[in-house]
Amino acid sequence: MNIDLQPLLLSFVLATVTTIILLIIGVPLACWIAYTRTRAKPVIEALVSMPLVLPPSVLGFYLLLAFSPQRAFGQWVEQWLNVRLVFSFTGLVIGSVIFSLPFMVQPIQSALQNLPRSLLEASRTLGKPDYVTLWRVLLPNIKPALLAGIVLSFAHTVGEFGVVLMIGGNIPGLTKVASIAIYDEVESLNYAAANFYALVLSVVSFAILLFVYVTNRRWGRAA
Amino acid sequence: MIELQLHKNLHGAGAALRLEFDLRVERHSLCALTGPSGAGKTTLLRMLAGLSDPDGGRIVVDGVIWFDAARGVKLPARQRSIGYVFQDYALFPNMSVLQNIAYGAVRGEAAWVDELLALTGLDGLQHRLPATLSGGQKQRVALARALARRPALLLLDEPLSALDAEWRAQLQATLATLHERCGLTTLLVSHDVGEVFRLARRVLVLEEGRIVKDGTPAEVFLKSRASGQLNLRAQVLAMRREDVVIILSLLVGSEIVDVIATEDDIDGMAVGDFVAISAKAFSPLIFR
Repeated sequence: MNIDLQPLLLSFVLATVTTIILLIIGVPLACWIAYTRTRAKPVIEALVSMPLVLPPSVLGFYLLLAFSPQRAFGQWVEQWLNVRLVFSFTGLVIGSVIFSLPFMVQPIQSALQNLPRSLLEASRTLGKPDYVTLWRVLLPNIKPALLAGIVLSFAHTVGEFGVVLMIGGNIPGLTKVASIAIYDEVESLNYAAANFYALVLSVVSFAILLFVYVTNRRWGRAA
Repeated sequence: MIELQLHKNLHGAGAALRLEFDLRVERHSLCALTGPSGAGKTTLLRMLAGLSDPDGGRIVVDGVIWFDAARGVKLPARQRSIGYVFQDYALFPNMSVLQNIAYGAVRGEAAWVDELLALTGLDGLQHRLPATLSGGQKQRVALARALARRPALLLLDEPLSALDAEWRAQLQATLATLHERCGLTTLLVSHDVGEVFRLARRVLVLEEGRIVKDGTPAEVFLKSRASGQLNLRAQVLAMRREDVVIILSLLVGSEIVDVIATEDDIDGMAVGDFVAISAKAFSPLIFR
């Protein structure tokens, strides 16, 4: 049996890149939502959570329109950054970041909201600016939520299908990730290959979740 | 010297409350705030610390303007020279005792951190995490941490209320020592008359957002209460009839006492009721 490993590799590279970007933008966003008093907060929360309820094909459809070089945004990006977003890896990363955003933001936001507010206030009265408080007091006390955010974003990106299919298509080595490859192999009645991809994804997903629960249990005992 | 004139509307549980304070506190004094809950004591401390925003007024500490609504000045909490001890201690769970205290200290002040550990009797516990400490130990960490940056003003929000009597006495002594040693101006919220007498030279009684009494503990507590009568609040535990009198068993504080009552006294009274008892206080027996 000759099975192409590239779709699996591509899935994991995409998930890793997406998760790193989500960490960088998700943590500050979650903090802002957790502590802001603006009246626009419910609007922002709803926007961030949209991908949870929206069919992936809807999101993919809008992103496809936005990324298209025939339209203003896609044209602008292509002209100024020389990057084509549609049917490209960069486009997949952007789509995945938007699609997995709630999985990073929500656990962190709710963990921050559950921390006693006096921790933040105590740090302020001790003369520390808020970024120091975040790094040394808040984040170390929500480690389980950070882990959950990282793992769920990663796993969700590995498992996404609709968005990838809409904006990435099925270009081997570029946008053909494992979940697409399964669909592709089944369509051409190559069940052995489909089975292999499916099995790898199942085992990896189980291993990741097991790791999260074991770690959380250990942290729960230590605390 | 702290000078403040502040007002703020609170919309808490129940009716709205308007806080209005006009207050001067001498440098290096220890001043107690007391009064019923919901009178605005905590909010007053929080406004001083910069954790709550007043609606208007000004705060000037040692000539520095911390807050001035008219001029739009508002110093953030981290730039005010304060130590704040929270009711729930607010220790950082991820840091050891030593790290908690050192967090507040300026870099290179390790000697001061060691001194604080010694002054609060925490030297043996410095590597423990807050979750493994008793209430009294947590309280001492919170106090030491609040002093780590050498603040001019120490604000304590009912710091000793959750502790038993023995811890309280110890911590009161520590607090008095630190107040002197660090040259602090201290504001202490407390419900405990004994504590106020022991620690404070001045006491402010707050009621419904206003300062209703201001003076030495003796002036505030003794003038209003010392009437040659001992007044106690008690709960009726049992009533029993013996010959012509009725014996009432009462719970006063944590003590149980039997007193004699007449038919008229117990008219309409039931077990579980709260009553006031008073006795002449001109021939008490006093023990140490």
